[in-house]
This record gives sequence, C-alpha cells and structure tokens, in this order.
Amino acid sequence: MAGACAHGNSPVSQALLEATDVAVFRGDHCLFSQLDLSLGSGQVLQVSGDNGSGKTTLLRGLCLFVPLEEGAVRWRGVTLPAKRDRYYSELTYLGHHEGLKGDLSVVENLRASASLSGSDAATLPAAVERVGLVNQADLPCRSLSAGQRRRVSLARLLISNTPLWILDEPLTSLDLHGKKLVEGLITEHVGNGGLVVYTTHQPLSLSGCDVQMLQMSDW
Amino acid sequence: MASAFLTLLKRDLMLALRRSSDWLNPLIFFIIVVSLFPLGVGPDGDLLREIAPGVLWVAALLATLLGLDGLFKADFDDGTLEQLLLSPHPLSVLVLAKIASHWLCSGLPLLLLSPLLAVFMQLPSSALPALLASLMLGTLSLCLIGAIGAALTVSLRKGGVLLALLVLPLYIPVLIFGSGTVVAAAAGFEIEAQLSILGAIFLLSLSLAPLATAAALRVSAE
Repeated sequence: MAGACAHGNSPVSQALLEATDVAVFRGDHCLFSQLDLSLGSGQVLQVSGDNGSGKTTLLRGLCLFVPLEEGAVRWRGVTLPAKRDRYYSELTYLGHHEGLKGDLSVVENLRASASLSGSDAATLPAAVERVGLVNQADLPCRSLSAGQRRRVSLARLLISNTPLWILDEPLTSLDLHGKKLVEGLITEHVGNGGLVVYTTHQPLSLSGCDVQMLQMSDW
Repeated sequence: MASAFLTLLKRDLMLALRRSSDWLNPLIFFIIVVSLFPLGVGPDGDLLREIAPGVLWVAALLATLLGLDGLFKADFDDGTLEQLLLSPHPLSVLVLAKIASHWLCSGLPLLLLSPLLAVFMQLPSSALPALLASLMLGTLSLCLIGAIGAALTVSLRKGGVLLALLVLPLYIPVLIFGSGTVVAAAAGFEIEAQLSILGAIFLLSLSLAPLATAAALRVSAE
C-alpha cells in the first residue's frame, strides 16, 4: 500500500476504490442511480443524506452484500466480485450490528474475529486499551452497554489492520470521548495511507484529512 | 484457512456450552417422542420390535430438523454472519465448521443416546451396531442437507415451517436407507448395501452442501 497521504483537492492519481454508474433498487423503488465515486489512498468519503436515502444500502453495495442493478465497483482496478477474497482481506466493515457474541467475552470475540478476518491477534491488548475497555476485557459482551459494545467493534478496526474501512454510523451510542476516539482513529488511519468511507448524521472534525462529501440526494 | 475453520468450530462449541438450551431441546424432544411409543402402542414386544427402526429414525430426523432452524439464526441476528461473509477465507469452509460444530452438539449426543432408546423399543441388541452406523452417517447427511435450507430461510421471521417443507423431500432417501439398514440388521441380513448408499449420500452432501449453503447465505444477506 502506498504510504503517501494525499492532501488538498488535487485529482486522485490512482483511485483504489472506484464505483461507476451504480444503481440500486429496493423492489421497484430506485434508491439511487448513476452514482460515481472514486477514492484513493489517504482519502475519506463522508456519505450523508436523509433517513432512507440509501446510505446504508450504498455501503452494503460496496461490501458486495447488495447486488448492483447497474454499474460496477472496482478495487485496485479489478471489477468486483472478481478477486473477492483479496478485496475482503483488505476491507473492514462496521455495520449497524456490532457482530459480537453476547456469551463471549470482549477478548474472545476479538480473537475470533481476528482469526476469521485473517489477521493475527498480536495487537489485541493494545487495541483493547486504546478503546478503553481494559477493565471489561474478560466480561461477556452481553453485560456491556451499547456504547461499550460499539467500542469493541472499533477495536476490530485496529486489529484487522486493513487499508479500507467502511463504517456505517460509527458514532451510534458513543459518548463524547467515543466521538473523539473515532475521529482519532480515522485521522490516524488516513495518515497512514488508509481509505475510509463512512456515514454519519453528526459532523466529524477530521483535521488535516482529505474529506470528500457524497450527498445521497444528488443521485 | 485451517485456523479459521478451527477458530469458528471452537467459538461455536464454546457458545453451545454456555447456552445449553439450543442443543438440549432437540435431544429432549428425541427422548420424549421415542419413549411415548411404548406407552402409546402398549407393551407388546413384537409390535414394538417391528416398528423400532422406523420410530427411532423418524424421531432422530425430526429432532435434527428442530435444531436446524437456529443454525445461522443467531449469527444473522447479531451481525456475525456479515463478518463471516466478509472473511477472505472461503465461505464454504466456514460453513462446514458451523455444520461440524452443530453436529457435535446435536447429532453426536443423539447417537450416544440411541442405544438406550433402542432398549426402550425392544430392538434386538444384534441390530445396535447397524443403528449406530446408520445414524452416524445419516445425521451427518441430515445436518449438511438441512444447512442449505437453514441458510435459505435465515432472513425470514418464521422460517421454521418453510425450512421443513424445503428440506424434508431431500431427507426421504436418507430415512429410507437409514431405517432400512436397521430393519435388515434386526432380521439378520447383510447391511453392506444400505450402508454403502448412506455413505455415498454423506459424501455427496459433504462435497456439495457447503457450496450451496454458502451461496444461499450470500443471497440471504441482501
């Protein structure tokens, strides 16, 4: 992965994630069409729009959960879903559900998800400390608050160590410190040449990041 | 890939240990159904012995079906299924790990209990090895085939009945050759032919069911 962090509004020389002319339908209802996006190393894409405008569907489309009616998504120039496993090994997705097992502890959950995503769990203790769950590390996730569970899934981002993050409403149920944590994580990740696509209703202050805006109502 | 398989197997077994109702319920169902027959039919040993293979096999089949509904449901509800789909490892391998742990928690205890229930049903002890062998190959095939149906119905709120309708026709060959094995053994005949066919069904479902289940999960995740 190229380490250069692209600042400013210069045109993207090499887009890693590209979507062209994408349309997604829910039944007969067209959520959006002819949507284009292009994201290179060190760039952030903020997807905004009203409730029901298709933000989550767009992110799920980028994760290849939802089939595209038209258009194509490309990763490193290869049209997906070809080389799907390589794409997935470079992607971490944080959805509405945290993807945690209530009966397993924080550490057990993170260790399992690290192994499934093909990353090693060496950074696990540091990640748990970073999200502020050291004292809860051995508690079953069932007994955690909604905000703490969200923090566990943020720890997954740190452990997986993938260039592309797709975050659907990462601030849900987080407190003010949690918001700062998310901002810090994104800024750092982008500084290291990562790519972030996220949706939010609260503005994030990402100083020094090259943030593109995508307004769903425009498409 | 092997480590992901083992991780998922270990995770699911750990979860089953911590939440025992999921796998105990089908097992209790199996015990209750079989033990009702001597009470309902009466203590006529000859009649019980005659129907024993069929009763044991039908009860085992229904108990397996009962447990299948939850195979992917919990993962679907808490979002871990999405994480499985996003894994760079082949989904069919991960699916196989889930089926294996499901069988270890449901099929294996059922297998271990069956000799006891066979005594209930007055099955001659000479037919016990055939019962165990046929149930072992049979429940494995039932879990593998049923996983396809479980994956197709995972996103439905009340998918249980639909799952049964989808899967039962595919279960019929397993049932016929499974109970046929025990009937033949009880009558003192060779059982090699029936067991070979059960083995063939198992190998066929082992090679195809994980692929079909993986494809069905990707469809259900929409």
